[in-house]
Amino acid sequence: MLAAMLAQIERIDTPSVDWGALAPLLALMVGAALMLLVDGLVTAKVPRGLYAGVTVALALGSMGAAVPLWREVQDADRGPFGVLAGAIGIDGFSVFFIFVIGAAVILSALLADGYLRREGLEGVELYVLILLSASGGLIMAAANDLIVTFLGLEILSIAVYVLAAMHRRRRGSQEAALKYFVLGAFSSAFFLYGIALVYGATGTTRLDGIAAYVGPAGSGGATFSGDVSPSQILGGAAGTPALLLAGLALLLVGFGFKVAAVPFHSWTPDVYQGSPSPVVAFMASGVKAAGFAGLLRVFLEAFGGYRDDWRPFVYVLAVATLVVGAVLAAVQTDVKRMLAYSSINHAGFVLLGVQAASDRGTSAALFYLAAYTFMVAGSFGIVTLVSRRGDGATTVEDFRGLARRQPAVALTFTLFLLAQAGVPLTSGFFAKFEVLQAAVDADAAWLAVVAMVTAVIAAFLYLRIIGAMYLGDAPAEGEADGRADLDRGRVPLGAGIALVIAAAFTLVVGLFPEPLAQTADDATPDAVATGRDPARGGEPVAAP
Amino acid sequence: MNDIGFSILSALIVLPAVGAAAVAVVSRRRPEVARQVALLSTVLTAALAFWLVADFESGEAGFQYTEAVEWIPSLGIAWRLGVDGISLFLVVLTGLLFPIAILGATPHHDHKPYYAWLLLLQAGCMGVFLATDLFLFFVMFEIVLVPMYFLIGGWGYGERVYAATKFFLFTMLGSAFMLVAIIALAVLNQRAVGGDLTFELMALATNQGIGQETARLLFSGFAVAFAVKVPLFPLHTWLPDAHTQAPTAGSVILAGVMLKLGTYGFLRYCVFLFPEAADWAGPVLVTLAVIGITYGAVVAAVQKDLKRLVAYSSVAHLGFIVLGTFALTTQSMQGAVLQAVNHGISTPALFLLVGFLYERRHTREIAALKGLQKAAPVMAAVFTLVMLSSIGVPGLNGFAGEFLILIGSFLTYRWWTVVAVVGVILASVYLLWAFQRVFHGEPDGDNASIKDLTVREGLVLAPLLGLIVFLGVYPKPVLERIEPSVDTLIAHVEAGSDYTQPPVAIGGGAGGGGAAIDGAETIEPGTVTVLDDEDEGEGG
Repeated sequence: MLAAMLAQIERIDTPSVDWGALAPLLALMVGAALMLLVDGLVTAKVPRGLYAGVTVALALGSMGAAVPLWREVQDADRGPFGVLAGAIGIDGFSVFFIFVIGAAVILSALLADGYLRREGLEGVELYVLILLSASGGLIMAAANDLIVTFLGLEILSIAVYVLAAMHRRRRGSQEAALKYFVLGAFSSAFFLYGIALVYGATGTTRLDGIAAYVGPAGSGGATFSGDVSPSQILGGAAGTPALLLAGLALLLVGFGFKVAAVPFHSWTPDVYQGSPSPVVAFMASGVKAAGFAGLLRVFLEAFGGYRDDWRPFVYVLAVATLVVGAVLAAVQTDVKRMLAYSSINHAGFVLLGVQAASDRGTSAALFYLAAYTFMVAGSFGIVTLVSRRGDGATTVEDFRGLARRQPAVALTFTLFLLAQAGVPLTSGFFAKFEVLQAAVDADAAWLAVVAMVTAVIAAFLYLRIIGAMYLGDAPAEGEADGRADLDRGRVPLGAGIALVIAAAFTLVVGLFPEPLAQTADDATPDAVATGRDPARGGEPVAAP
Repeated sequence: MNDIGFSILSALIVLPAVGAAAVAVVSRRRPEVARQVALLSTVLTAALAFWLVADFESGEAGFQYTEAVEWIPSLGIAWRLGVDGISLFLVVLTGLLFPIAILGATPHHDHKPYYAWLLLLQAGCMGVFLATDLFLFFVMFEIVLVPMYFLIGGWGYGERVYAATKFFLFTMLGSAFMLVAIIALAVLNQRAVGGDLTFELMALATNQGIGQETARLLFSGFAVAFAVKVPLFPLHTWLPDAHTQAPTAGSVILAGVMLKLGTYGFLRYCVFLFPEAADWAGPVLVTLAVIGITYGAVVAAVQKDLKRLVAYSSVAHLGFIVLGTFALTTQSMQGAVLQAVNHGISTPALFLLVGFLYERRHTREIAALKGLQKAAPVMAAVFTLVMLSSIGVPGLNGFAGEFLILIGSFLTYRWWTVVAVVGVILASVYLLWAFQRVFHGEPDGDNASIKDLTVREGLVLAPLLGLIVFLGVYPKPVLERIEPSVDTLIAHVEAGSDYTQPPVAIGGGAGGGGAAIDGAETIEPGTVTVLDDEDEGEGG
């Protein structure tokens, strides 16, 4: 009898867990938990920079664990596969984001080290939260189920809400966190409601399930032919796509908020301005990348069949995002706000790639996100340095004459700004080139024209900052004591390393974009196997 | 194809870039070393450029010394270089003007970055003229903005930051349209023709497969970029500001080389890639060019600032080049190429002279200068020569180019050309009038004690003066290298559109045509006499 019971228990169908495939994710999560635990147990004073070092090591470990995964998914015999009963998909796309988000973690952790010391803030929390948030981002990129996407989104977001409030003594930081939290909660609600509607329409939250319901591109196209009866809208699982399209729209709102697309952008300038600068570096790079990862995967993989329906909306979203971002950026006087609006403009450029709804568009968007991660993290790294104790000196005036005081810092910033403006021989130019090409290829040449015009408008703001640094006169010597550190040309070691990495990446990719472009080409999302995990190292995964 | 054992065209681009890197590592406390390194690098580049002219096969029409190294193979982008008759002399001009600009003006502060930016600028300009890959061309076309922005903004006068920003944004706006057009051209070409994506100029020009409407649209994208750069009439407003505020070296390069990026772009890209659209858009562009000629001249005449006057004169002169380009006849195009070179010799010389004047008197206001001829006779003489060249007096270089443009354009755009001739007269008005106010009369105050040209300044100007006279008397070596390429270009236009050149302009067998073509080659005896009458009329 007992044996029979045991036999029954054994028959319970639990998915086998492929720990190797989850290693990149676990490295961040478990590492963060351990860091928090150890910090609580150890009472001795922790050597300076240790936490930053451990964070960087964890991110590197995560990226290192991703290297064999990349090899495996690119291997023609094996290809992409699903983990945890297909809830998590390991394909080129998700592995690509392990690297992008990992880079964002490394850069912001290195920046945070000097920042925390300067501001007299202590503790491990910032690093732990960055790691957790990054793990949420990885989940979003890899999720093969809308519920998992939502989990990732929430892990990512909640950690970032707290990060925004990290500077306990600055009121701006508290304000930023509250704004971010309230609006973010709204967007999560939209997102969740969208999932509910999609589930109502399709009967599944699995991306592959939805894709199967939607059918291939062009076949299911929900073209409304005038009258839609209520029963059609509420038709349930077997009904018309109306319900599904409503869900789709709500999902777009949710993602639009995360990537700061207009009209869901209004939190961005306030939050970027108030939050600690290293945290902003992470928000603009890692969080934005994760948002786009989710958007791309859900819309292309699950709703690829409806691309004719959602492309116009993304088109409009892209135009609004490009124009509003650039125009409002040009009239700001605070560098952090400028960069916030310019990040909106950049989101518009990535939307160009999304709008194309093609492999070329996706790979262009991936290239853009990878390039932008380094540019923007570097830019906010410079802002971190210049903003002085209190993290408040971020107006254009504070950058005046920086080239005299700190030529190397000013030169590096110039590189990042020119890259953001899309000047050739920087990664930013080729990133723009790629998304434009994708847009033109998708017969959206006018969108490309709009994008380039906004790039010129945005260039005005970058030139304003460069002009202030180089061409303006420096303020009177020794005018401010807080500047003393900067005047002596002291850049914290961590920040220095971060800036060198970011600058080197921006330049090298600008000169030789081919390797990154190839990698991005290989990283378009694939439909992962729906069923059980493949036996690792065993027979090939179910053929695509 | 010439096989010379090493990549001379790459060397022309890389050498200045290496020079810039070398300048960057020189100690900040040794500005004179930075200067010497910069000078060495530019002189070597100039030597290479002159060697290129000597070695160039003058009878050949196609690209010579071609190079192709893969850069971004997945997108069909490569480091493709080549030089033909249209670009050859602009390359030489770029090689020649940079050492002159370095010798002719020293920055007042921050020597190191100044020289580094100048050298990077040279690398970029060379790249524009040598590139035969649209992507590479765009990269070079756009990258030159950065050094120029810093040169104007960092070492200029007065409202320099405003001028530099305006310059950057205007040009970037133009290139924004061009970038989309380039991408669209490559993508549509791939769709129409099949095969891999490519940005190679020859492939895109000869096997295009793009519809007429689309081609016209793409043409407009390119044309806007070049019209800003030239600059063509309504888009010219950045030029006076940039010129006036730029340091002397910046003005020299801006006028001598960078404006030519636009005229060169018109010839090489607009006309070559979209022959039908070039014919279609001709009336509009020619009209704008003629407006620019007269408007530039009139506005130049009323300027108070000598440098601004020269700047507006550029607007007028470049109008001629655009007129010649889109008149689409052999002579007019030859004239356009030649005039681009001529303008690149005489206008930089004028800017240098104005710069020398400014160093002495610290003003460029025409009203504040008077009677300088008394104290500085050599300077006055040099100024006269350069000015006459700029006016287009026969026997000096400006004449040959303008004359060719006018006779060529007369065939296809008769009344436009008639108006343009008025511009020639106006040019003599504003320049002679300015000369009269600055150099004639009794000097007063500081003007009486002005120093004459020094030997160093004289040596800096000497090559330009030599070329002014040489090209005026004997333009044949230049024209015989330009002609085959221009002929091919015209033939390409005729093949690609309904346009045919008016019979009188076709060289070879036909009687009348022969005269016209020969006029290009032996301009001195016969043709000059014909024009002499006209010219006397202008002078009076």
